[in-house]
This record gives sequence, C-alpha cells and structure tokens, in this order.
Amino acid sequence: MQLWLIPILPLAGFTINGLFGRRFPKAVINLVAIGSVVLSFAWALKTLLALGTLNTAYTEHYFTWIQSGTFTVGCDMSIDRLTAIMLMIVTGIGSLIHIYSIGYMAHEGGYYRFFAYLNLFMFFMLTLVLAANYLLLFVGWEGVGLCSYLLIGFYFDKKFATDAGNKAFIVNRIGDFGFSLAMFLIVRQFGTLDFGTVFSKAPGASEATLTTIGLLLLLGATGKSAQIPLYTWLPDAMAGPTPVSALIHAATMVTAGVYMTARSWVIFTHAPVAMDTIAVIGIATAFFAATIGLVQNDIKKVFAYSTISQLGYMFVGVGVGAFSAGIYHLMTHAFFKALLFLGSGSVIHALSGEQDMRHMGGLRKNIPWTCWTMFCASLAIAGFPFTSGFLSKDAILLAANHHAPWIYWIGVITAGMTAFYVFRAFFLTFFGDYRGHEHHPHEAPPVMLAPLVILAILSLAGGYLFKIPEFLGELFPTVKEIPEDFGLMAIASAAGLFGIFLAWLMYVAKPAIPDTIASSLRGLYTFVYNKYFVDEVYDATIVKPVIGGSRLLLWRGIDAGIIDGIVNGVGSRARGVGEALRRLQSGNSRSYATWVAFGAVLAIVALGVAEGLTR
Amino acid sequence: MTQVPISWFLTLSAVLFVLGVAGFIFRRSIITMFMSVELMLNAVNLSFITFSYQLKQVHGHLFVFFVMVVAAAEAAVGLAIIVDVFKNRGTLNIDEVNTMKN
Repeated sequence: MQLWLIPILPLAGFTINGLFGRRFPKAVINLVAIGSVVLSFAWALKTLLALGTLNTAYTEHYFTWIQSGTFTVGCDMSIDRLTAIMLMIVTGIGSLIHIYSIGYMAHEGGYYRFFAYLNLFMFFMLTLVLAANYLLLFVGWEGVGLCSYLLIGFYFDKKFATDAGNKAFIVNRIGDFGFSLAMFLIVRQFGTLDFGTVFSKAPGASEATLTTIGLLLLLGATGKSAQIPLYTWLPDAMAGPTPVSALIHAATMVTAGVYMTARSWVIFTHAPVAMDTIAVIGIATAFFAATIGLVQNDIKKVFAYSTISQLGYMFVGVGVGAFSAGIYHLMTHAFFKALLFLGSGSVIHALSGEQDMRHMGGLRKNIPWTCWTMFCASLAIAGFPFTSGFLSKDAILLAANHHAPWIYWIGVITAGMTAFYVFRAFFLTFFGDYRGHEHHPHEAPPVMLAPLVILAILSLAGGYLFKIPEFLGELFPTVKEIPEDFGLMAIASAAGLFGIFLAWLMYVAKPAIPDTIASSLRGLYTFVYNKYFVDEVYDATIVKPVIGGSRLLLWRGIDAGIIDGIVNGVGSRARGVGEALRRLQSGNSRSYATWVAFGAVLAIVALGVAEGLTR
Repeated sequence: MTQVPISWFLTLSAVLFVLGVAGFIFRRSIITMFMSVELMLNAVNLSFITFSYQLKQVHGHLFVFFVMVVAAAEAAVGLAIIVDVFKNRGTLNIDEVNTMKN
C-alpha cells in the first residue's frame, strides 16, 4: 500500500522548497508545497478506500531501526480506524490551510521558508499518526514540536515571537520528559514499544505500573495539548502567522495528546486513577481557560484560550472512557477552530495587522464572506443545536454525566461561557460601529475564502458526514453504550443559547453593560484579565529559581569554578613547573653532569631502599 | 694460592668511577673531561669483568668488548669535535663553550 508515501511527499516538498525555494518564483513554491500536501491527501484517501472497512489494523514493516539484544524497534507504519480519521483531518485540513496561506502570506517575507516549515510539519504530523510504535510516534511528536517552535518564531526579528517559540519548546520539554519516562517503563514492563504487543500484554500488568505509565503519558499529553499545568505556552504561540495557529495550534498538533491518549486506551482503561486524573485535568482546563477567554481583547488570544478549553473537553471525553466522543470532538473542533482562526486571519488581513477587538466592529458589511463563515464556526463551537460541535460536545457531556454528574455540570457552565466568549468576539468584530484606524477594510482574495467556505460547511454538517462514534465503536470495545438523554442535551444547548443571548445583549443591544460589570468587579476582572497571574507565578516559582540556580551554581560554580578551574589550573601549574625546571637548562655541561651523577646516586639509594623494604 | 677477594676489584672499580665523575665535574679542560669519561667507562669494564669471572659467565666479557668498541668510536668522534671546537673558539675551557644556553 506504500503508506510511507503519505508522509514522504510533504518531506519532499520541504526539501525542495527549503533548499531551492529562495530562487523559485512564488508560483513554483505554491505548486511544490501545496502539490505535495494535496498528493499526500489523495494518496491517503486512495489507501483508505483500498483498505476497505479497516476492521483490523493494517501494518507495514520497512526496516529494523534499533536492535539491542531482544529489544527491537522497527520503522513500522500502521493504519486502523483511529489513524484513518487523524490522516483525513491532518491531510485534509492541512491542504485547506496550505491553500489559504497563499493569500495570507502573499505580502510577507520568508515566503518559501514558511511553506517549507509547513510541509515539514505535515511530514512529522503524519509520521506521528501513522507510527506503529511509541518511539516512531515520539519522533513525530518531537518533530511537530520543532516545527511549532520554528513557526511560532517565524517573525524572528520580533523579540516576543522568538520568546514565545522558546517558551513553547521549553514547556514541551517538561511534557516530553514524562513521555520518555513512560516509554522507559513500557520497555521495562513489556520489553517492546510496539503498539500491538504492548496493548495485548497490558491487561496482564499490575495496576500500579499501568497507572504510573498512564500518568507519565498524561504529563506528555498535557505538554503537547496545552492542559493544566503546562498550558501557558499556547496563548503565547499566537505570535506565529495565523495559518500556523489554525493548523498547528488548533486543528492538528495540539490534538496529538488526545490522539496519543486514545491510542493508549488499553493502558488507561486498566488504570482508573489515571483515567480520573485525565478527566479532572480536562474539565479544570476547560473551565479555567474559558474564564480567561471571557475577557481577552486580542482576537487570536480569545481563540487560543478557547482551543485550550476545547482540548479540555476532549480530555474529559477520553478521561471518562468515551474515547470515540473525544476523537469526535477532536474532528469537529479541527473544523470549526481552524475556521475561526482562518477567519480571524482574514479579519487581521483586512485590517492590515490589527488584532485588538476594541479596534474592530461593524465589519460584516466590509467582509461579508468572512463574517458569515465565522458565524457558522461560532454556532458550531457554541453547541448550537444540530451543528457538528453540538453533536460532539453532547457525546462528551453525556458520557461525563454517566461517569460523574459534577463533571457534566461544570461542562455545561463551560459550554455557556464558550458560547459567550465566541459570540462576544464575533459581535465585537462584525457588529456595532467601526472603531479602527484602517480606512478600507477589504475582503480576502478567493484563494482564502474557498477554504473558509469548505470549513464552514464542515463545521455545520461535518458531524453528520463523519459519524465518528459509530465508526470507532469496534475499536474501543470496552466502552459502554450510553443512552441518549434529551433532557441533558437540552440543558447543554440551553446553556449555549443563553451564552449567545448574553453576548448579544452585552455587545450589541446594550454595549454599556460590559464596562459597568468590569468596573463593579474591578479586582476579579483584573485577576482574570491577567490570566490568574499563572505566568507570573510560574515565573517566580520555577523560571527565576532555575535561571538563578543556573547562573550561580551551574555557570559561576561548576562551569567557571570547577571545569574552567581544572583546565586553567593544569595550564598554569605546567607553566610553573616549567619555570622551575628552566633553571636546570643552564648550557653548562658540568652542571648537567652534576645532575646526572646526582640522579644516579638518587636512583641507587631509591633502589636500595626499595630492596630493603621488600626484604 | 689465595685469591684476591672480589670486593677489592669492585672497590677499585668504584674508586676509579668516582675519580672519573669528579674529574668530569670539576676539571675545566675538555680534554681532561674526555679522559674522565674514558676512565668511567673502564671502571665499569672492570666491574663487568669481575662479575663475569665470579659468575663464570661470558656475558660480561662480551659487554666489555662492546664498550671498548664504542669507546674507540667515541674517542675518534669526540677528539674530532674537540679539535673543531678549539679551531673555532681558540679555547678548551668548558665554561666558555655554553652557547646552547638561552
């Protein structure tokens, strides 16, 4: 089936554009970059059609990568239904965002560099989802992290962008540390990293081991998928170009943690403590990120916190055992969040770089296509009845209620807040009076609008076109059937509708209300507006001590003191000895002779003493 | 007939060697130093012969012949060097032949 072609095509695009793109005209860069991704999509589609129902995983072995005693790691790729969904999301949405980027990046410097990085990202992301063992998955995992770093810091002449890139990379190291430990434990316990073997042996292992593995994997997932406590990098990652935010920081890379957790479902279902931890982290993240999203003014920051919050929902789904619901939400979220980001990119494009919603407003007349496609996405994320977001969010909330009702209720409140902040952003941007400085907001070119329209259709109808829970039902056989409950569905939808209504009331009907509330709750508002000062707390408790410790102990103490001290000490001691011995080289042969005689006497005495000692 | 004790030979050898060392160190004429070297070599030869005789082995004799050959060769080269030094410097005082210093 040549599965390897799927990731290799974007890699080829990266190589060609990366090496020669500087000399290519834009048309050739577009052809290479988009051609490779679209071909990859086509090949993935062809492969999936050829594989048919995919009731069992289809695996291809290419070569043995690592062999050490009985431990082997192969370069294996495999497709099952879960991979199939991820493949379609990554290559499909990836293609759309590549196409959109032609328009968005048209006036930016580093055009070939941008597309080369984007292609490289596609390669690593596809490696991640196709991998048939943890180590190959980890290669993709690290690779997407690298590309994320490169693309966040794409505007490398801006300090905040490079800082944001560093932050993303370093925070992810903490998660990867947990992932690495989990892999070591898996090797120790099962002697292999191969998914098939690990999962067939997992039920036999002790619960304590599986819980430890699960929690360590979860640490990795919280880093990559921006969950508490490692979520702080994602809002800063918005420093990258907007298509990057859409592709990497909304639709694909940040869902890798959810994918990995769902992939390891056998481990997690035998480790209930780890499962509960996932659910609690998920719901806590969903709630807190949503509260921060309520008060942000930067349009991309709103959607960044919204992404964190929605990823929290996915973790809730996975954590309460509704793996297919989690993946379902992963897919619908990829549709509507990619659309929200691309739409905000179109707004930013129209306003020549303005991101602050206080300087927008009334744009629905200037950029109607963007406005109404974003409206579709906003409806979907708000859980408006019968949109795709409604279906997937409901699947998660129902499963959560089945598991623990308190999670459901927090989820419902969060759903209300989600609807509020998304429509707050929507109304601030597109309704009311224009408050900006750019005089001629202009609609985006068709090459940017076409992906928006496709994604808008998918946001509304994607949940019906791709029935993930039914498709994945056989993959997760232990999951219990949860009965439909229209009462609970109605409550969740009502929360969403109430959020929309509140946003309309506060930002369209009575625009004075928000300021009144903000000033009457000054302390709370500042606290939330500054993101609960989590960044500051991390800075004071972790970053500062690490930097201080590195300076004092590692640099001044160990590096400058001990290591340099040893090296310089050896040098200066040799110089001192030479200085003393220099006096022997008098050029006077009789003094040489004296030294020889003296040395001979010394040798004889030493031999005599040694003889006496050994006797 | 009573034999001369071994220690006498060795004592003589040691005395000759020390004389050679003393001459090499304390005399200033290169010729004298050169002769002192010969004296040391022959002092060592005497010990070789002594031990060879006492241990009834021929190795010591062989060494002595080697030392003699080397000493002869060394005498030829050494005397040639001394003649050359004298031609160039006009002196045989070792303390004035110290240009290798620095």
